[in-house]
Amino acid sequence: MGVMDRTMRGFFLSELVSGMALTLRYFFKPKVTINYPYEKGPISPRFKGEHALRRYPNGEERCIACKLCEAVCPAQAITIEAEPRDDGSRRTTRYDIDMTKCIYCGLCEEACPVDAIVEGPNFEFSTETREELLYNKDRLLANGDRWEAEIASRLAADAPYR
Amino acid sequence: MQSFFATPFGTLVFTVGAILVIMVPVLIGVAYLTYAERKVLAAMQLRRGPNIVGPFGLFQPFADAIKLMMKETIVPTGSNRVLFLMAPMLTFALALIAWAVIPFGEGLVLADINVGVLYLFAISSLGVYGIIIAGWASNSKYAFLGALRSAAQMVSYEVSIGFVIITVLLCVGSLNLSEVVMAQQGLWFAIPLFPMFVVFFISALAETNRAPFDLPEGESEIVAGFFVEYSSMSFALFFLGEYANMILMSAMTTILFLGGWLPPFDIAPFTWLPGPIWFVLKICLCLFVFLWVRATFPRYRYDQLMRLGWKVFLPFSLLWVVLTAAVLMAFGWLPGQA
Repeated sequence: MGVMDRTMRGFFLSELVSGMALTLRYFFKPKVTINYPYEKGPISPRFKGEHALRRYPNGEERCIACKLCEAVCPAQAITIEAEPRDDGSRRTTRYDIDMTKCIYCGLCEEACPVDAIVEGPNFEFSTETREELLYNKDRLLANGDRWEAEIASRLAADAPYR
Repeated sequence: MQSFFATPFGTLVFTVGAILVIMVPVLIGVAYLTYAERKVLAAMQLRRGPNIVGPFGLFQPFADAIKLMMKETIVPTGSNRVLFLMAPMLTFALALIAWAVIPFGEGLVLADINVGVLYLFAISSLGVYGIIIAGWASNSKYAFLGALRSAAQMVSYEVSIGFVIITVLLCVGSLNLSEVVMAQQGLWFAIPLFPMFVVFFISALAETNRAPFDLPEGESEIVAGFFVEYSSMSFALFFLGEYANMILMSAMTTILFLGGWLPPFDIAPFTWLPGPIWFVLKICLCLFVFLWVRATFPRYRYDQLMRLGWKVFLPFSLLWVVLTAAVLMAFGWLPGQA
């Protein structure tokens, strides 16, 4: 491109005008963003979100306190204490997950022999204080009750690939 | 009633009323310009922009205003307290007093002074003081750099704006803004003086520190430029001043080149709309281009900015002044001669 050519392009603002034409075309294009709090994007059945402890359909909690999740957790976010229950079955007395430590790797979910601890579809669990992110067993079981329908359908959808 | 407005007190009441009638729409316009900017930028980037507060997010400017008022005004320890607080007020006041001479329609002007163009030019030049004082009084290196940049930039572009205005004045033969508009009956100056129109508009972008000439703010280099240290209402005043200046420069463009309140064609469907509405519509068009430019171009480098101002615009506008004068003389089109 010669000096003359370049100068003329500069003087007649041809490149600037073509740039502005481009932005004007985009101005009338449909938007690509979704209206987030009211619309949400699709989530894979393997999405690793907030943790939940599941129950059997009869209401019995699944966790048998094998502590495999505690052992496998690379961030050491899980703390479990267990002792035999009155009816002799082995259950946890304490099941804590420090969500500020958790790295959402999903290894706890993989390690669980009874599908008790799972990572659900929920990713909107921000809190105002750090303490609220130190989940205890009640909180995790409550999550399980709240999300059970979705968790079950996700597990079913993903089952053929496991 | 007529005699009441003739008394000195009545005149005062009338003037204050007229000022309010101008100021309130301007301030609402400023508020909605911030909203329009966010919406236009969002649309051009395929986003949605504010849409939560009120229908289509229309109350967003008020939410922002309330948020800013609730915040704490922080005055840095090393700053010059008086100047620090004075600077935003100065910027804001200067952005508003210029509206005194803007004609909104035939005879609809607060102060119909004979040197309206000169007044506008003087006020827009004073605007740089607010920025320099802010940058200096903040006692912060970013603020100071921003202020220096802004001073140099505004001075450079005022020269070419001056020449553009001279070209227009040569064609009008008067410094009165209403007469500038009336001289465009039939043919807007944007058509015969198109190159000057472009130069004026680009210089107006530089004068109001808008993208792509927003070096005084330059987020990526000097944080926020001259108003880094400001918060709360003192920040809001800068913000309002900047947007009021944008509207003012659009109004100036409209008056000088787009025929002010005149309809585009002097025939039936266009003359039905009253003058002030045409004026506002034209201002909105200019403002849209302001936002459009911001969505399109990346920021200039500082030496490019100076090069454009001094090596391109200055000689070009000077040449055009000579050319216009020569044409007007040669064909006997000088106003007042015909």
